[in-house]
Amino acid sequence: MVEFSGIKEIIKPENLVYKKTNIMTENTLSYCPGCGHGTAHRIIAEIIGEEGLQSEAIGVSPVGCSVFMYNYIDIDWQEAAHGRAPAVATAIKRLLPGKFVFTYQGDGDLAAIGTAETIHACNRGENILIIFINNGIYGMTGGQMAPTTLPGMKSSTSPYGRDVKTMGFPLKITDIVATLPGSYYVTRQSVHTAANVKKTKKAIRKAVQYQKLNKGTCLVEIVSNCPSGWKMTPVQSNKWMEENMFPYYPLGDLKTPEELPTK
Amino acid sequence: MVMEKELRLMKGNEAVAEAAIRAGVDGYFGYPITPQTEIIEYLMEANPSKTTGMVVLQAESEIAAINMVYGGAACGKKVMTSSSSPGISLKQEGITYIAGAELPCLIVNVVRGGPGLGTIQPAQSDYFQATKGGGHGDYHLIVLAPASVQEMADFVDLSFELAFKYRNPVMMLSDGAIGQMMEKVYLSPQKERSKIVPDWATTGKPATRERNIITSLDLDPDRQEMFNRKLVAKYNEIREKEVRFEEFQCEDAEYLLVAYGTSARVCQKSVQIAREQGIKVGLLRPITLFPFPTKRISNLAAKVKGMLSVEMSAGQMVEDVLLSVNGKVPVYHFGRMGGIVTTPEEVVESLKSKLIGG
Repeated sequence: MVEFSGIKEIIKPENLVYKKTNIMTENTLSYCPGCGHGTAHRIIAEIIGEEGLQSEAIGVSPVGCSVFMYNYIDIDWQEAAHGRAPAVATAIKRLLPGKFVFTYQGDGDLAAIGTAETIHACNRGENILIIFINNGIYGMTGGQMAPTTLPGMKSSTSPYGRDVKTMGFPLKITDIVATLPGSYYVTRQSVHTAANVKKTKKAIRKAVQYQKLNKGTCLVEIVSNCPSGWKMTPVQSNKWMEENMFPYYPLGDLKTPEELPTK
Repeated sequence: MVMEKELRLMKGNEAVAEAAIRAGVDGYFGYPITPQTEIIEYLMEANPSKTTGMVVLQAESEIAAINMVYGGAACGKKVMTSSSSPGISLKQEGITYIAGAELPCLIVNVVRGGPGLGTIQPAQSDYFQATKGGGHGDYHLIVLAPASVQEMADFVDLSFELAFKYRNPVMMLSDGAIGQMMEKVYLSPQKERSKIVPDWATTGKPATRERNIITSLDLDPDRQEMFNRKLVAKYNEIREKEVRFEEFQCEDAEYLLVAYGTSARVCQKSVQIAREQGIKVGLLRPITLFPFPTKRISNLAAKVKGMLSVEMSAGQMVEDVLLSVNGKVPVYHFGRMGGIVTTPEEVVESLKSKLIGG
């Protein structure tokens, strides 16, 4: 261990440049090392803190790796059945229209079992934010094929690689949502580099503003990694994601409204 | 000042819808299915969003509708859905989550014959599903069985009273006959929507309290079992306090008919016919199917020579009658199926052939 001289003099409030947002609880995250969920959680928590939304926010957590999201962010939460978060969020927002309502869903939840709920909530233009984590695999159940698993990609239920002739094609559900009149702002981002974290945070902050203006459904897809499910190191998984996931799921806005009116 | 009740001629389905508006329900989420579609049609036509502020939404499926009920109930709101048998099967996922999260709500089932797509005609073949859980896991709904249009209206308010008292979903188990038939109904005056926010509701976390989490998940077996025990204790309290039933000519009865809903209406006539023939028959009509009037039936088993459970099913409630009687007297089942409503004469014939002999 290197002994820093005068370390106690350095650790002072006036020298603080970055800290854990107090919207995150003290609970230990259940995610694997290198997983993007933790970063995505932190971005959401930071925005809730910075925008003063703690007393306004109601989150809907999904089934999957982020099922315990309610343990990590210090706001009111509802835990939805698999795929049903957009329906649950619909009622929350209709009954409490002044609140900030969002769902956080994985690819299996949002794009397989919950396809109908996703499409119809967006098509009704529900004033909710859907945050969609797309890592192309079922992480929680141990690495099975997801609706977004890439062609040829191996998983425990596509052990020879996804054969699109028998297993179908990866579903670009975000592209579908962008075509619906009810969706307002649809974007695809990532959280694997500092620059991308900044972009994702900006995107979610925009979506928060749009919800305040009752503009319709906003969907922020975050293409993410699953080191455990993909059987890679975190560094390898990010490289693989850039080389394989991004060409199929290109980052960037899919539907952008006009610029926000100035305050 | 006591406000006068308004007298109207309505279908059972319409009465549920009007009673929901008047009860100050916050939200209705539904999907069309015969024979209960008049409920959502009535609500859309009445457009209570302009008067009471009640949200009425046609969902993309029964599954979405029940999950909307979950979301609304978790906000502490008075929310409901309605459907008929095949649609209620679809809702079972949401219903077990609602029971597991201990949320209050009302689910109306206007029962039609099954299994499968079955028929659109009335039946009572969803008794097991309604009273024994329906979805996965150990849970019970509180189940109210209306036998008239009036009760379909009255049980809306009662359902929410019980749902919030016990933080438990309530099912109104009606059928296609009561849902579709028109009767006079006295409607209660308009209530204001409640402004009370239960302390468990997710409405946004103020600085003054801990965050509220609505979930049915606990991976720790010890804690999950503790929760299961808590549910059992709640159901036992409901069994103790909330049993409701009605008796008809039971005082001197030698034989007892047990029937609910439409069958109970038929059996009132059967009692009259049998008594004209000199057979002393009474009728017990369970109003709550869960909790079931076990004790009362057990007591009556000491007084009568036998019982006949009359249901428009292959024999479902008869199992609860058998458990209540516990072998003291013979118990039989009689019922028509497939959407056919039993006639009073058939019931008397069955009573005579099964219990009296000839």
